[in-house]
Amino acid sequence: MEDTLLHIVHDKLKSQFGEDIISAEQAYDFPVYTVSKKKIIEIISFLYNEEELGFQFLTTMCGLQFPENKGGEFCIMYQLHNMPKNWRIRLKVYTPANDMEYPTLTGIFSTANWMEREAFDFYGFIFKGHPNLIRILNMEDMTYHPMRKEYPLEDGTREDKNDTMFGR
Amino acid sequence: MNEIKTAQTAVAEKDYTTLNLGPTHPATHGIFQNIVKMDGEIIVDAVPTIGYIHRAFEKIAERRPYYQITPLTDRLNYCSSPINNMGWHMTVEKLAGIEVPKRVQYLRVVIMELARIADHIVCNSVIGVDTGALSGFLYVFQQREHIYEIYEEICGARLTTNVGRIGGLERDFSPKCIDKIEKFLENFPAVIKEFESLLMRNRIFMDRTIGVGAITAERALNYGFTGPNLRATGVDYDVRVMNPYSGYQDFDFVVPVGTSGDTYDRFMVRQQEMWESLSIIRQAMDKIIQMPEKVFHADVPEFYLPPKEEVYNNMEALIYHFKIVMGEVEIPKGEVYHSVEGGNGELGFYLVSDGGRTPYRLHFRRPCFIYYQAYTEMIKGAMLSDAILTLSSLNVIAGELDA
Repeated sequence: MEDTLLHIVHDKLKSQFGEDIISAEQAYDFPVYTVSKKKIIEIISFLYNEEELGFQFLTTMCGLQFPENKGGEFCIMYQLHNMPKNWRIRLKVYTPANDMEYPTLTGIFSTANWMEREAFDFYGFIFKGHPNLIRILNMEDMTYHPMRKEYPLEDGTREDKNDTMFGR
Repeated sequence: MNEIKTAQTAVAEKDYTTLNLGPTHPATHGIFQNIVKMDGEIIVDAVPTIGYIHRAFEKIAERRPYYQITPLTDRLNYCSSPINNMGWHMTVEKLAGIEVPKRVQYLRVVIMELARIADHIVCNSVIGVDTGALSGFLYVFQQREHIYEIYEEICGARLTTNVGRIGGLERDFSPKCIDKIEKFLENFPAVIKEFESLLMRNRIFMDRTIGVGAITAERALNYGFTGPNLRATGVDYDVRVMNPYSGYQDFDFVVPVGTSGDTYDRFMVRQQEMWESLSIIRQAMDKIIQMPEKVFHADVPEFYLPPKEEVYNNMEALIYHFKIVMGEVEIPKGEVYHSVEGGNGELGFYLVSDGGRTPYRLHFRRPCFIYYQAYTEMIKGAMLSDAILTLSSLNVIAGELDA
């Protein structure tokens, strides 16, 4: 069933948005679509409003960072749910490191408000049109975005721990 | 002339009071701050501030081997830590493709449902306390203590349980533990009935809770509500039924729903869920007792620590022990999302693995964090005392809110 869900949604998106749907794959029980950033609001409102799809529940969203993926260093993951049909999909939207602006989802989902603030707090994504884009979990005078990979969890000046033996 | 003019301006520009509710107010049951703007006793606006116990779990998790993340999940919703632990184990099992035997699934169900009861006991009895009924709280907290004693028999800990391992449980239920569960199943219904007789049809309690802090189903869905708070609005979304995990499809239980989404409905939904949990534990215990062989973990030596005497006497076990403890276990690359029905709603784990010893990225979908943002909307126009009740009936747990 999941495999068909991947195709149902993909066909609809492809016919509506064409090449803005970059790729589609199945990751365990989730169909994952990589879509282009400039159409993300249109795509999500299409998924929300289309009669058969009706993805009207934003389960979660979070930021991701892949420093090695040049041209798409940052990413936001959206997880949508159609509760009556129990369809769940994941959208991924990549962006280069020099362009952290995303359109806000708060117009469609009220719940995106704090989720976007969290993504801003952790990674520094700027959500255009967000009503109140300030830090949510960290203190406001913090000058950096702590979840980025360039900030290692442990003190870089320590010499008694060797990372080649013990992980990242 | 002059005097009349001042009186008119005073009416036009209303004098609002700003009140700091929290961060450490005894009525908020946790560290939340709400700066409320008040017109007399009516709340006009509220600005919540969160993050007082933010501990950067998502960052810490990027440097911990998989088995060391379990203690982090304890500290999310610390009223029902076992559910979080199990959710995390199941996420890793999904990623690694580990099949867990039926008996282990049922043992997990017993622990998770006990945790759900403990969670709902806290929430519902605290609603009672906030309406001025302290004695119900005292009665049911004794039962919560018995649940914690069962946890102690299972894993040795009480609050932050760290129960189970990837692939199963660290030990089987002991006969003493089974006795305690049986005793709990025997005694709890009378206590919960007594508690219900104290509050459910109590005039004062009903007056204080009916119509207070209500939210419609549409708004609740838009705000990402899940769990009892969503079901109180009439939407029968339950992860245990929608996407069954850990063998929940083998049990008969109903999903209680409310109608108006107010504080009373949230209370009633949680109350009914306790009865359902009790029935699930009963069914699971019956199934467990019928199962002949005493398996309590899957046969996955590369994830599940071997017994200590094997480590000392068996080369293979020693190698596995070393690899697990040093975090050198091979794990597939990929991204996986797994959700469980936590005490407050859909608790999800979004895990991105790059094949390394630690997660590349781990995101917790924390139900409290997601629905607490509706709080401002829910208390606008309400009285201050109703705002306190709404907060306790939403069951916002600071640990889960701030992660």
